[in-house]
Amino acid sequence: MKISPEQAAMVADLANLDLTNEEMQRITHDLEEILTHMEALNRADTTGVEPMAQVLFDAAESPLLRADEPRPGIGVEGALLNAPLSGAGHFKVPKVIER
Amino acid sequence: MTAFPSEVASWTAAQIYSGLREKQISAAEIATAALAFAQAENPKTNAYLEFCGERAMATARTVDQQLAAGKDPGPLAGVPVAIKDVIMTRGVRSSCGSRLLERFVPPYDATAVERLERAGALLLGKTNCDEFAMGSSNENSAFGPVRNPHDPERVPGGSSGGSAACVAQGTAVVSLGSDTGGSIRQPASFCGVVGVTPTYGRVSRYGLAAFASSLDHIGPFGRSVHDAALVLQAIAGRDEHDATSSAAPVPDYLAALGRDVKGKRIGLPKEYFEGLPTETGDLIARGVETLKKLGCEVREISLPNTEYAVPCYYVIATAEASSNLARYDGVRYTIRARDANTLAAMYRATRGQGFGDECKRRIMLGTYVLSHGYYDAYYVKAQRVRSLIARDFAQAFENVDAIVAPVSPSPAFKLGEKTGDPMEMYLSDIYTITGDLAGVPCMSVPCGNTPAGLPVGMQIFTRHFDEAGMLELAAAFERAGVSG
Repeated sequence: MKISPEQAAMVADLANLDLTNEEMQRITHDLEEILTHMEALNRADTTGVEPMAQVLFDAAESPLLRADEPRPGIGVEGALLNAPLSGAGHFKVPKVIER
Repeated sequence: MTAFPSEVASWTAAQIYSGLREKQISAAEIATAALAFAQAENPKTNAYLEFCGERAMATARTVDQQLAAGKDPGPLAGVPVAIKDVIMTRGVRSSCGSRLLERFVPPYDATAVERLERAGALLLGKTNCDEFAMGSSNENSAFGPVRNPHDPERVPGGSSGGSAACVAQGTAVVSLGSDTGGSIRQPASFCGVVGVTPTYGRVSRYGLAAFASSLDHIGPFGRSVHDAALVLQAIAGRDEHDATSSAAPVPDYLAALGRDVKGKRIGLPKEYFEGLPTETGDLIARGVETLKKLGCEVREISLPNTEYAVPCYYVIATAEASSNLARYDGVRYTIRARDANTLAAMYRATRGQGFGDECKRRIMLGTYVLSHGYYDAYYVKAQRVRSLIARDFAQAFENVDAIVAPVSPSPAFKLGEKTGDPMEMYLSDIYTITGDLAGVPCMSVPCGNTPAGLPVGMQIFTRHFDEAGMLELAAAFERAGVSG
């Protein structure tokens, strides 16, 4: 399994991840090796087999749903407690709209 | 009346239970002694990242007041507990072993933590782990590796390395870990303690930093099956904060522990024993002999899709992780790169500087398998194979009551031994990831030591929600004693 530098750069871009050249080379190499192992999946016959997204167990449907009523949350102060930058009850971020 | 044992490292929950009620010791005295011991011993292993003595003392005072007033302080009253750092603790730093969350102090408690404290447990501190629970050796922590209490040159296993090591070392009586691909059972095996991964949905995941949501579990460590069962009893059950938590009634696990296991049908999956190194294989074989002596009926079974487990797991787990870790973008969680002028550049720089190597590798892999053109070939294919693996277990459980297998191909390896080859590290998870993929309960129970003195655990799997049957078998095995 070969990954081109362009493909690797595109994946890092999708993942919002800045990687140094050295990291990019190392991770691309690791990915190639891991994806080669993953090709083993193609040997498994999955004809007519449903994809399993979640562990399912027998349970009545209704008890898992709570009443849809408002209730107190952690509050603005709690939510902002760990913000690197906040002000006026909001998270502050670098400017996103150019004037 | 006998005096309360002075050796902190050997305390059991049962001793503490009777010691408090017979007034041999107070919860405040336990908290003081346990904290002092844990702080003094921690440099040997680096198992704890943070202590929360004030919180332990506050709970201890409440327990003592309840006892003085003749009230029941709870089944875990006065029991010192440690919590893996990926599990949120209100007001106590929860870094997830990551540089990114170095200063993160959660505004709420995980449900499991809240329930432990309500049962009277004393929260001593937070334990070291692989960054965001990604790893099998605890070497991916941003705050240094944990050393195995049995041999400081070796890893404790991962990712819940700190939670296993502190219980083995005696700096906590019990602890909580998390398991996505073996992160409770493998360190339990490496450190010679009991580690339990309950059925998916048995314990609420609310307050567990999400790694791979369809695979993540919270579960206990203890030095005995009894102590681990006691913790599971306290944390199991429906939680409205986690929609995947089950409303199935929680049985009395402690009542199961004394039961006879004669006639229990045990399956040994042949795929788990082919090519198993003799060092581990001999110990498991002796363990199986013990089960036979207990009257269990042992037969060979097959879990034919085991060979696909590692690729299946690493597609699904990294895909979910790449999505779950997207939230750490420099907006809400403490650390932000300074040198970025646009929002996109800020996200990228923060994540590039904050995540460690293994997280970056898994985010890249997960993003790749979810990207356009590869989604069906990798992600959906892996989900179909996951169905096959789950079906293997369901079919096996039509004929047996429990499945017994090794936890890991080897005992604890040396620090640095596998860090250069990520694929080799992934392959060592082969026997544990199947349990997470199928969502069945599974555990590691100590099965003796290798000639070099390294512990090895035996793994037990049972049907969905049959934790009682699993603990019953483990307790009988523990009582029978490990020969040799």
